Amino acid sequence: MKEILSLDHVSYTYESEDGESRKAIDDVSFTVWDGEWIAIVGHNGSGKSTLAKMMIGLLFPEEGSVNVFLEKLDAENIWDIRSRIGIVFQNPDNQFVGSTVQDDVAFALENNGVPFEQMVPRVHESLAQVNMAGFLDHEPHHLSGGQKQRVAIAGALAMQPKLLILDEATSMLDPQGRDEVIKVVDDLKRTTGLTVISITHDLEEVLLADKVIVMNDGKLMLTGKPEEIFAHGEELEAIGLDLPFASRLSRYLRQAGVEIQGEHTTEEELVNELWTSHFNK
Amino acid sequence: MDISLQQVGYSYAKGTPFEKRALFEVNASIESGSYTAVIGHTGSGKSTLLLHLNGLLKPTEGVVRIGNVSITADTKAKELKEIRRNVGIVFQFPEHQLFEETVEKDIMFGPMNFGVPAEEARQRAHELIKLLGLPEDVAQKSPFDLSGGQMRRVAIAGVLAFKPSILILDEPTAGLDPRGRKEIMELFNKLHKEEGLTTILVTHSMEDAAMYADQVLVMHEGRSVIVGTPEEVFADAERLKSFRLGLPRSVAFQRDFEKLIGRPLGRLALTEGQLASSIAAALKEEGER
Ligand SMILES: Nc1ncnc2c1ncn2[C@@H]1O[C@H](COP(=O)(O)OP(=O)(O)OP(=O)(O)O)[C@@H](O)[C@H]1O
Ligand SMILES: Nc1ncnc2c1ncn2[C@@H]1O[C@H](COP(=O)(O)OP(=O)(O)OP(=O)(O)O)[C@@H](O)[C@H]1O
Ligand SMILES: [Mg+2]
Ligand SMILES: [Mg+2]
Repeated sequence: MKEILSLDHVSYTYESEDGESRKAIDDVSFTVWDGEWIAIVGHNGSGKSTLAKMMIGLLFPEEGSVNVFLEKLDAENIWDIRSRIGIVFQNPDNQFVGSTVQDDVAFALENNGVPFEQMVPRVHESLAQVNMAGFLDHEPHHLSGGQKQRVAIAGALAMQPKLLILDEATSMLDPQGRDEVIKVVDDLKRTTGLTVISITHDLEEVLLADKVIVMNDGKLMLTGKPEEIFAHGEELEAIGLDLPFASRLSRYLRQAGVEIQGEHTTEEELVNELWTSHFNK
Repeated sequence: MDISLQQVGYSYAKGTPFEKRALFEVNASIESGSYTAVIGHTGSGKSTLLLHLNGLLKPTEGVVRIGNVSITADTKAKELKEIRRNVGIVFQFPEHQLFEETVEKDIMFGPMNFGVPAEEARQRAHELIKLLGLPEDVAQKSPFDLSGGQMRRVAIAGVLAFKPSILILDEPTAGLDPRGRKEIMELFNKLHKEEGLTTILVTHSMEDAAMYADQVLVMHEGRSVIVGTPEEVFADAERLKSFRLGLPRSVAFQRDFEKLIGRPLGRLALTEGQLASSIAAALKEEGER
């Protein structure tokens, strides 16, 4: 397996005026392999966005190293490396540069020297993928919240990146819209081997990941497959996180005296369990 | 204060080549002290609708009534002052309402603007910092040097600080961690009940709409297409689907379970707790057969 990104004992502290400073990232190490879908979760202020900014060299670690595509990130190679990464920031407004939706999506392509003949179809295709083909000439700042997020995602997809970093990129989409966008990304992952790092508070989305990284107060607390992570229910709750719906419901059902064998993180599994243990005797 | 919308229409950039119609003939009535959830897919007009409820936007057609003030296209800004004092709005993007040098000053701004003495405003700011689960040391930080979820909490604190009687919330939990989401929704609910607030919540969480609202308003392509209690609105999955909306997870699970046992469970499960007790009761009955 090929390594796509690794953090090696990385720490970061934001400068503050009063001299008081706490580490926003404290000795974090992990590796992301080619074609993986990684979910990063953690309480507000636990350091997730700071990690994302370090992955594209917007911030450099004060200790340790960030390696992307097997190169240690430094001031010289960031432009080349960034051209192969698509990133969607937490607030899409901070990301828009074009005065129309299509210019905005085209901007990064133009910067990376994509020829005009290829640019136009790529812009149209990526906007169509997020259902925003009807908004080509709209001004990005004058869109609804969810529409802004869709355009920002289209911008990242149009780059045809090797690595896609999403920082709460679907937080303002309606549930159906969120499922659609996640499906688009998942299809790309399957068909093109895209590697995805998704920062999210959506526990149902976490279930789709190959690997989960749990951040707590700047430190990496746990890492593992979703089922492994969600087996630590109480620890997760103690740091401001929660379990997916099916796990929570299982708990309520047990409290109400219903017998349930094993742990179930999806609705489908839980319905099946109710069927086998109560009707199929 | 009761709120009503009658045949409200709104076009952005009206009269320019960029004119964009966002609302059509919207009708709604919101009783004083009630809790209304507004749901609808991306771009359906929810945020545009909310901006009418504190006079930030004036309808290009129709009338918005807030208490005894009527707002039409011709209403003068001066007449909206009283409304602004009573209506607190948490915007969809917290960055749009943060502006002071420090978090403390940002939260103090609203109350001081409405005549609360500085010391009292400062005290409220510190209480709210705690209540919203922010670290103590944020008070003297710039609100822009915070994480996304921390900014959200400051924006909410800034609105609660001036004690509005109408609380308007545009996806207030987007970006909050799971505990923050639960605690802050509970905080709104507590204030709603104890202070008799009129609460209007835009949300993509069908679960929150089901759990907290007295009334659910469904927006679709700029129109108000359904108004009803959560029980009424979420009982009709087909109709919701035609507006590209789904069921709360508990109701969806209830439907799957009903298929399994081949009969309905009776009442609609609007919370996880209700769902668990309905399922437990049904399994017990099945066992006794
Ligand atoms: N520009 C900044 N200046 C100073 N401190 C900052 C800055 N940005 C973030 N911080 C602090 O660093 C810590 C980590 O912030 P970060 O944005 O990485 O958190 P996060 O995990 O992304 O949180 P959220 O879920 O709220 O988005 C927080 O305590 C935050 O207050
Ligand atoms: N400032 C603006 N100028 C022009 N058009 C706008 C502006 N703001 C919103 N619109 C358009 O008006 C329509 C309704 O937008 P609104 O923001 O009310 O949607 P919403 O229901 O809040 O969506 P979301 O769930 O994505 O936040 C959308 O089609 C949007 O593109
Ligand atoms: Mg963040
Ligand atoms: Mg909106």
